[in-house]
Amino acid sequence: MITYLDAICEAQAHALRDDPRVFIYGQDVGAFGGAFKATKNLAKEFPGRVLDSPISEDAMVGLAVGAAIEGMRPIVEMQFADFSTVGFNQIVNQAATLFWRTGVPCPITVRLPFGGTSGGGPFHSQSLETIYAHYPGLIVLTPATVEDAYSMLLEAVAIDDPVIFCEHKFLYRHLKAEKLPSEALPIGKARIAREGRDLTIVAYSAMVHDALEAATELAAEGWEIEVVDLRSVKPLDTDTVMASVSRTGKLLAVGESWPWGGVTAEVIARVASEGYGLLDAPPQRLNAKDTPVPYHPNLWAAHRPTVRAVAAAARKILRS
Amino acid sequence: MLSTVSEPSLATATQLAAFRFMLRARLLDDKFAALYRAGKIHGGVFIGRGQEALSASIGVSLKKTDVFAPLIRDAAGRLAFGETILDAVRTYLGSTLGPMRGRDGNVHRGRPQQGYLPMISHLGAMISVVNGVLFARRMKGISGTVGVACLGEGATSTGAFHESLNQAAVEKLPLVLVVANNQYAYSTPTSRQFACENLADRAIGYGIGAHTVDATDLSACLETVGGAMAKARNGEGPQLVVATLLRLCGHGEHDDANYIDPALKKSPLGRDCLKFAEEFLLQNKMTDAAQLAVWRSEALREIEDAVSQAQREPLPDPFTENWSAISSEHLNETHIE
Ligand SMILES: Cc1ncc(C[n+]2csc(CCOP(=O)(O)OP(=O)(O)O)c2C)c(N)n1
Repeated sequence: MITYLDAICEAQAHALRDDPRVFIYGQDVGAFGGAFKATKNLAKEFPGRVLDSPISEDAMVGLAVGAAIEGMRPIVEMQFADFSTVGFNQIVNQAATLFWRTGVPCPITVRLPFGGTSGGGPFHSQSLETIYAHYPGLIVLTPATVEDAYSMLLEAVAIDDPVIFCEHKFLYRHLKAEKLPSEALPIGKARIAREGRDLTIVAYSAMVHDALEAATELAAEGWEIEVVDLRSVKPLDTDTVMASVSRTGKLLAVGESWPWGGVTAEVIARVASEGYGLLDAPPQRLNAKDTPVPYHPNLWAAHRPTVRAVAAAARKILRS
Repeated sequence: MLSTVSEPSLATATQLAAFRFMLRARLLDDKFAALYRAGKIHGGVFIGRGQEALSASIGVSLKKTDVFAPLIRDAAGRLAFGETILDAVRTYLGSTLGPMRGRDGNVHRGRPQQGYLPMISHLGAMISVVNGVLFARRMKGISGTVGVACLGEGATSTGAFHESLNQAAVEKLPLVLVVANNQYAYSTPTSRQFACENLADRAIGYGIGAHTVDATDLSACLETVGGAMAKARNGEGPQLVVATLLRLCGHGEHDDANYIDPALKKSPLGRDCLKFAEEFLLQNKMTDAAQLAVWRSEALREIEDAVSQAQREPLPDPFTENWSAISSEHLNETHIE
């Protein structure tokens, strides 16, 4: 069986094998194989191309941009998404503006192990897709499946623009698949993860699985829930969301990041302004609580949307 | 510490070439300042008065295949590295035929694929990008190139300065970081910027080479900067050059710099490198007044021509502008207005 984490490691091996321009740079990614083992054995298989960096997120991304200007396709691993804020300046001001300013593309991939696992606490649990999606010039990907982790990472490395690749730490070992995919939906296309006609739940990354579980729970009560997996939050496949809402008339957007602004707000805003007539109930959103991510499991489990919370929010809309 | 006029130690041709770039840069900067005062420039104007000797020394010591990340006071180095006056003027005036096409302006210009990196404003951020180009070249098996990043003393207080110097040291990259200590970061004096005696001592902490130079003296700059670059090119790892001078202008043309200590202006630091170089060349009979006058009028004519040409060129048009920040057109957002 192949895990989501294996898929990420395999995609990188594939990219390194296929393209001499690819290299990996990050803390402990070399002989050690990365804090999560996402680069296990790669340093041995690809000598000189999987390199430990100092603890310097700003300089890590800066180096990647310089290498991209010189024609390389670097993959930067952040040890945790949370630490990418130290490299934020290089990501949003250097990488994201290069093509627009100069016409020279910036094909770097920054991998962010993100999202909650209990015990992580405020600085090892953050979901940062929203802040990166806010900046023009970045592609932001949030794969929810083993297959997407593999195919989207391969596509990320091939894209000529900077990609923020958000890989969910809970999914790393939780998700398993029989084999790696041979074909995939292109980046920019959302996926209908479950068909239904009563309510659309839009989710991405780990929340897709919570939404699917909630849908199963609601099916027992006779509701047919459609689940849309965004796959990429930027670009956001508004057409697929709108088409789903046109079938169901009801919308719940679910995200693991904080409530102020963000992906769920963006989904609601687009549907409300362009698809107002399609809705027969006020669209709703469900996010984490507006506090740092707590350490203790009792608090942590209540901080992010749970299956029960998703189901409850869905029921409220369905009964309105 | 300051050298007095001495016999030329470097090839006369290099000195003269560097001097011409200094002169062209001074005249170009003066033109930008004049255009600014006339309200002909959008946004700020940032000039390098007093820093031309250091900057030109960098530019003439670089080869065309090297990497250069200049900063706001490097008109001389940019010209010496190969930037045309027209590129500089087009960027300040927003011509769509310039390298930045009106999307970015003033000193934020470059041609990355020619090793000429366009600065972003965030100070310290270009150093690691130079590292990256050098790192990639090494991966590709290209050797013998160096990269220069320029910085003011104020920017040595950034985290990016530390991260990128340490990174270059760990990777033993052929980076030369040139710090122009012009005594002020905007209005902030060095006493509020750092507490060490000499910024060059920081090199010890990174395990890299250190050099200091009087930036008002062209000969000294050519020798020191050229020497540091030779070391880097020779595989001796990163080199830190700390040059001392006084900023002979405001932070930008909006700034009258009334905070500058008059004592500093009268001190040896306040010497104008262009005047001093001119005297040096004349005293040593490396050139004469007639030749200087020709260079000056040639430069002025080129600048005037560039300005009148750029003023006639198309300006950016919001209706035909491609409002997309990514190169993968198929991944552009839809449904956004
Ligand atoms: C990270 C960052 N903070 C603040 C600024 C605003 N700023 C622009 S230039 C400048 C002073 C720079 O001083 P110094 O590095 O000594 O260079 P100089 O202007 O003297 O050449 C400041 C504070 C900036 N550009 N980048």
